[in-house]
Amino acid sequence: MSKQYDPSLALVQVNHLNTGQKISAAIGSLGLGILLFAWAAQQAPMPGIWLPTALLSLTVGVLGYAHFTYKDSPAGIKNNGVMFHSLSNRGLWAYVAGVLLTGFYVCLYWYADYLKGLIALFEPLSQWARHRPSDQWFVYGSLYTLGVLILGAKFIYKYRHNRYQIIRTVSVMFFQFVFAWLVPAWMQMMNQPEFYFTYFWPLKYDYLFPSTVNWLTNSTHLGVFLIFWGAVMTFVATPVLTYFFGKRWYCSWVCGCGALAETTGDSFRTLSDKSLSAWKIERYLIYSVLVFIVLVTILLWANSYKEGAILGEWSQTASKTYSFLIGSIFSGVIGTGFYPILGNRSWCRFGCPQAAILGIFQKYFSRFRITTNGGQCISCGNCSTYCEMGIDVKAYAQRGQDIVRASCVGCGICSAVCPRGVLRLENGSVDIFDRGSLVRNEH
Amino acid sequence: MRIVIIGNGIAGTNAARYIRKQSDHEVIMISEETLQPFSRTALMYIYMGHLKQENTWMYEDWFWAKNRIQRVQARVEKVLTADKTLLLHTGEQLTYDQLIIATGSKPNKFGWPGQDLPGVQGLYHLQDLATMEQYSAGLQHAIIVGGGLIGIEMAEMFHSRHIPVTFLVRESSFWNSVLPPEESEMINRHIREQGIDLRLSTELSSIHGSERVESIETNSGERIHCGFVGLTVGVSPNIDFLKDSGIETRHGVLVDEYLRASAPDVYAIGDCAQLRAPGPGRRAIEAIWYTGRMMGQTVARNICAEPAPYQPRLWFNSAKFFDIEYQVYGDIPAQTPEGVTSLYWEHTDGKKAIRINYETHSGAVRGFNLMGVRYRHEVCERWILEKKHIEIVLSELSSANFDPEFYDRYELNLAKQYYSRTEKTNHHVKAI
Repeated sequence: MSKQYDPSLALVQVNHLNTGQKISAAIGSLGLGILLFAWAAQQAPMPGIWLPTALLSLTVGVLGYAHFTYKDSPAGIKNNGVMFHSLSNRGLWAYVAGVLLTGFYVCLYWYADYLKGLIALFEPLSQWARHRPSDQWFVYGSLYTLGVLILGAKFIYKYRHNRYQIIRTVSVMFFQFVFAWLVPAWMQMMNQPEFYFTYFWPLKYDYLFPSTVNWLTNSTHLGVFLIFWGAVMTFVATPVLTYFFGKRWYCSWVCGCGALAETTGDSFRTLSDKSLSAWKIERYLIYSVLVFIVLVTILLWANSYKEGAILGEWSQTASKTYSFLIGSIFSGVIGTGFYPILGNRSWCRFGCPQAAILGIFQKYFSRFRITTNGGQCISCGNCSTYCEMGIDVKAYAQRGQDIVRASCVGCGICSAVCPRGVLRLENGSVDIFDRGSLVRNEH
Repeated sequence: MRIVIIGNGIAGTNAARYIRKQSDHEVIMISEETLQPFSRTALMYIYMGHLKQENTWMYEDWFWAKNRIQRVQARVEKVLTADKTLLLHTGEQLTYDQLIIATGSKPNKFGWPGQDLPGVQGLYHLQDLATMEQYSAGLQHAIIVGGGLIGIEMAEMFHSRHIPVTFLVRESSFWNSVLPPEESEMINRHIREQGIDLRLSTELSSIHGSERVESIETNSGERIHCGFVGLTVGVSPNIDFLKDSGIETRHGVLVDEYLRASAPDVYAIGDCAQLRAPGPGRRAIEAIWYTGRMMGQTVARNICAEPAPYQPRLWFNSAKFFDIEYQVYGDIPAQTPEGVTSLYWEHTDGKKAIRINYETHSGAVRGFNLMGVRYRHEVCERWILEKKHIEIVLSELSSANFDPEFYDRYELNLAKQYYSRTEKTNHHVKAI
């Protein structure tokens, strides 16, 4: 029998780093080192110069690394070695990163005491941005936003030939920085509630809980507007915008979870499971979570209406369970902590109830679809491999079928990596089955 | 009825799939190369680390069981057409009622001295990728011979591993037997921009080395040290095992318009098939992905339903040269023939171009060549088949555009160029 291809041979000359990349990696490591030290040191206060040093060296490190990675090669798809790198390929570094990330989330949700050092590190920034002491949520939000900004810039550099990717990434960076960091900080500075305009029920599940509604309406004159805003976004904007543009208007253009996935998580997009069985699990899980949060919300309102007479204990338990299992463990610890293992969109794909609703609209009441270009597909598999949502795009493309899937977030990477120009994201008004039937393969 | 398919490339795989769609016949697919049908065109991406091997598999594992397509990994040594039996390298015999030969191609070698040294090879099979990987360890310099699609792929592969490449092209410009001069020149520039040492009008004379290739000599007498030589000077049908089988062959297995070979109940499809009477403007052997796929579909219908001739429709093809995508629809010869006008627009960045050929007198469009711009297959095909007038096409050109959203559109540039050249004023321009 002839010799088989052995992928383990592919470890030659692939981890080549140029001097610029090495220096940038060293600078970035300094920033990361300060953060890890502050986390481990568990003490307050931290020297004031440390935070700007850490943030600046992280920024310079990442941008420098991107610059020295892409500057010498003409613009185009730059996925060389993705399958060989330890971090993007479930190697040792992936597990190290996974442990650090999950560890951070566990501390964040349940053991904030262990974040004392980090909280102290961010004290000056918190005082400057919102005139109040730092806490673990401020640390989290700031690091999160920094990740979106600097790795978003790297992403733009990588896809600088692709205007869809540039505009989309600028959009998520903008919404994260302005509406998920700056505006909530300002609102706190003005003694208003910390409110996120870019998150709505059911992703931000408590925004339609009776307790939040009461708190908002009682605490500020803005309260009614904020509740009105959230309700309009959930019940009016979501269906209308999804009809015209698909769920991408939110998931890959606005949403903060999407922002992190598309920028910080970009290196992990190939890790999503493309199998048919994963698709089955996805459908069971995501709609279960949706049903769960709808029931919890109804329960809470029923209870509130009955003034806690009947369902008091019960509804509180239900909402706490949801918050623990879904809000913390699923979306945080697993959803982000497991980026290097499960891929960058496991929460969005398997858990997010917002995505579930958007997906139902996308599948049945939307003009959005990905179309395929006649018979040009060569079944290479780049589209499926780089689909962060685990859609087997190739299965459709090689049959000449359009792709209309509830889970597609419209990131457009399948279209970008296709070497034969087969895939295009569209908001078409013509019925998909009427177009181009002549040249399509029978299927 | 038992249908045996030799070869599990796109032609064989598609044949199996369409046979199952149309019948309950027993289907056995034999391949020496691999049990798992995969996309051959994606081999380069495995080497470059864009994909893993399993990412290139045509279908998930359950697909074959669900569709009752049996897969056998073996080499067919002989075809005994009289007994309708195959001899496998294991000594086993396998009988068939209908046989489909889909064994693809093998890389050409033209008798250069030293061409069989270790480190000298083509790129076609998965095993070629394995040896390429093996010789890449510590490789200081690679030579690629042959200015075609596999040659530039191999250059890109080594380039991705930071291995310097010298690319010998016999012609005076890259792939200029197919690409018109402007497009060919664009690719020359792009190859050099990547840092590849492109040597045009240069041929390989001999290959030297003892244990392994150490250097080559060109026809100008220059000696270049190297640890690897990629021979990418075309492919020929992989049909050596059919000697003495009684199946008539010339370059490939000779088949009629129904893809039937000379022996009863034997068909040949894909790269290894040679049409006795190819359609107008088509070649007898077209070793490309798309024709293999269409032949697989046709042969399945011929066996399972009513006999239908192989009709490959309008010519189309595509490729990617490093970062520049290429699509062609219809007839775009390297030299524009008499009676045909070529409307060519190139972006100032030198990496995008659109060419439309049309008949000078009737104005009927004949073909589209796209570099770095994506156009819709079905729209271009319809215009060409309907012999649409170039001015109508220009007025509706944006409906062919398939680039991603927010990309610059160049349809107007093309129309402006056309009307400035023909000095006509026409209301169509406004309609764009």
